[in-house]
Amino acid sequence: MKHKKHIDYTAAASSIFAIIIGLLVGLLVLLLSNYRQALPGFFTILTGALTRGPKGIGQVFYYATPIILTGLSVGFAFKTGLFNIGASGQFIVGAFGAVFVGILFKGFGSAHWIVAVIASILFGAIWGSIPGILKAYFNVNEVIASIMLNYIGMYAVNWTVKGYKPLFNNLRNESKNVATTAEIPKMGMDYLFPGSSVNGGFLIAILVVIIIYIVLHKTTFGYELKAVGYNRNASKYAGINEKKSIILSMTIAGAVSGLAGGLLYLAGTGKHIEIVDRLAAEGFSGISVALLGVCHPIGILFAGIFIAYLTAGGFYLQLYEFSTEIIDIIIAVIIYFSAFALMVRSLLAKFKKQKENKAVKKAAIGEGGNKA
Amino acid sequence: MNVVYFIFQQTMFFAIPLLIVALGGMFSERSGVVNIALEGIMTMGAFTSILFLNLSGNGMQGQGQLLLAIVIAMVTGSLFSLFHAYAAINMKADQTISGTALNMFAPAFAIFVARIVQGVQQIQFANTFRIDAVPVLGSIPVIGDLFFKNTYITTYIGIAILITATVVLYKTKFGLRLRACGEHPHAADAAGINVYHMQYAGVVISGALAGLGGLVFVVPTSTNFNATVSGYGFLALAVLIFGQWKPVKIMWASLFFGLTKAIAASYSGIPFLSSLGIPSYLFKMIPYLATLIVLIFTSRHSMAPRASGVPYDKGER
Repeated sequence: MKHKKHIDYTAAASSIFAIIIGLLVGLLVLLLSNYRQALPGFFTILTGALTRGPKGIGQVFYYATPIILTGLSVGFAFKTGLFNIGASGQFIVGAFGAVFVGILFKGFGSAHWIVAVIASILFGAIWGSIPGILKAYFNVNEVIASIMLNYIGMYAVNWTVKGYKPLFNNLRNESKNVATTAEIPKMGMDYLFPGSSVNGGFLIAILVVIIIYIVLHKTTFGYELKAVGYNRNASKYAGINEKKSIILSMTIAGAVSGLAGGLLYLAGTGKHIEIVDRLAAEGFSGISVALLGVCHPIGILFAGIFIAYLTAGGFYLQLYEFSTEIIDIIIAVIIYFSAFALMVRSLLAKFKKQKENKAVKKAAIGEGGNKA
Repeated sequence: MNVVYFIFQQTMFFAIPLLIVALGGMFSERSGVVNIALEGIMTMGAFTSILFLNLSGNGMQGQGQLLLAIVIAMVTGSLFSLFHAYAAINMKADQTISGTALNMFAPAFAIFVARIVQGVQQIQFANTFRIDAVPVLGSIPVIGDLFFKNTYITTYIGIAILITATVVLYKTKFGLRLRACGEHPHAADAAGINVYHMQYAGVVISGALAGLGGLVFVVPTSTNFNATVSGYGFLALAVLIFGQWKPVKIMWASLFFGLTKAIAASYSGIPFLSSLGIPSYLFKMIPYLATLIVLIFTSRHSMAPRASGVPYDKGER
């Protein structure tokens, strides 16, 4: 990543290029599997989310909320040189914090939901800090530590929910309902998008996107985190406490993923922690969102909404004889080609530079002292 | 003693796929390409080979069918890994991005195609591959019980791959060149090695082994394939790092993980363990917890291949 002097429009252009190719591959797969229904099916993917009016758009924002935040978590860690594959574990541990407070701490009245959201952030932060501490002090690779912590977190949450009576709904094998005071207020979203599940959580997610943007791009603290990501030893030499930076990066990433869990499970849409031995998919979607958004907070916001938009379109696709997995195929192809686009961009930059260099050399009329 | 044999046989079912896939990952990373797509490649290899087992189930059974499935799994894995190789080597893409794309593509593709081919996403197969006892060898005391009873041909293939991988990596010209590309590709290039070719070889070997690992994982532990390998690709990645990118250490790491996993899966059938009254969730957590704790003590001098994950650029200085 040597050509990142400033954010230019080519970043967006390259993502759009990848999206177009992804959609074309999707169309091709539809054509190959069932050519008669391919075109209406494809049209449904593109516009399905819009056909339900404001409610449909509200649903898109509702689906987007958790994956924007897990994407932000992964993207933030990426910017600081860490691969946070543990968003899944942080997500479910954060969700547990929110549900725990949401069910048991009823004395807070109208501030109940705020306490529950803060609990999700704290739980996620603690879970995220573990791989950070292990990396800083014991040189444990954060990828493998995060993978292990995904499973440990999932089992620990299932164990606690199932083992602690006040939390567990025996009949449905999932967590009980949170108190209504713990549900996130609509914050006016119910007027904008009547009938949909979207709530204030979406606005909180946008707020967090802005905060992370400011921290990463406008503060010394963010600069230090990024510097450690580029070169740990050089940063240490420059007087940055690199151990502290690594731990804080992972803690913040964990906090954001935990918040994603909290916002989803406090949305009041009948979401409960189910006791199944499966990792939360939102964490892995976060990786896709972060990569599609080129790890830039604003890009991640749009990438999250875009993926949620396609996913919503995919639901309506079941009217035709296609399975919704076509959406994942399209997103996978988009991500694959977004990796190419980075190369195309740097090639262009290199080409431009070479051209300039040649021009300079010609102007200087120097001897051909070229080193390959 | 029967309990020991039982746990050992169970351990093999969990450890062998991890061993095979982690060795695959080793070839890729030792050539300088991080292959985070192991999970997706496993899924793909398991998908095509299990689909083959399903479709050919009427006319074929037994070891011949399994061997054909193995070939199909390996071919699928290598072909699928070519996407990663092209992105990582030719396009110099971020290897995490293309790996993630492959991981996302594989289960979606498996479900989509399975639904088209047979209506439902689970692919059933008849398991006719278990070997109760290997003739002659199975009747040796102790060793026969440990290695040659209640087993699968894939166990021996896994062991053969381990031996071959060790020899190839350390005793052949190819292995030396591969390792050079992962440590210092520019030096390797200057010595006349085609770095791109070596990296392609590394990734494709990892694809073949990961595809095989997908099949080997599904066959002993299930009777259908539901478009997932339960995170085993990621665990193999962990085993690879745990095993310090070295074949023999990878074997110990996968045996360690396989043993803890086998105990978690079968403790209720073992009188000694089930009488302890330990909650089942603790058993489920132990493989991951134990790996994490061991890593804390062993990671201080962790040595990843130096150029792993860095796209090789010939013109770069």
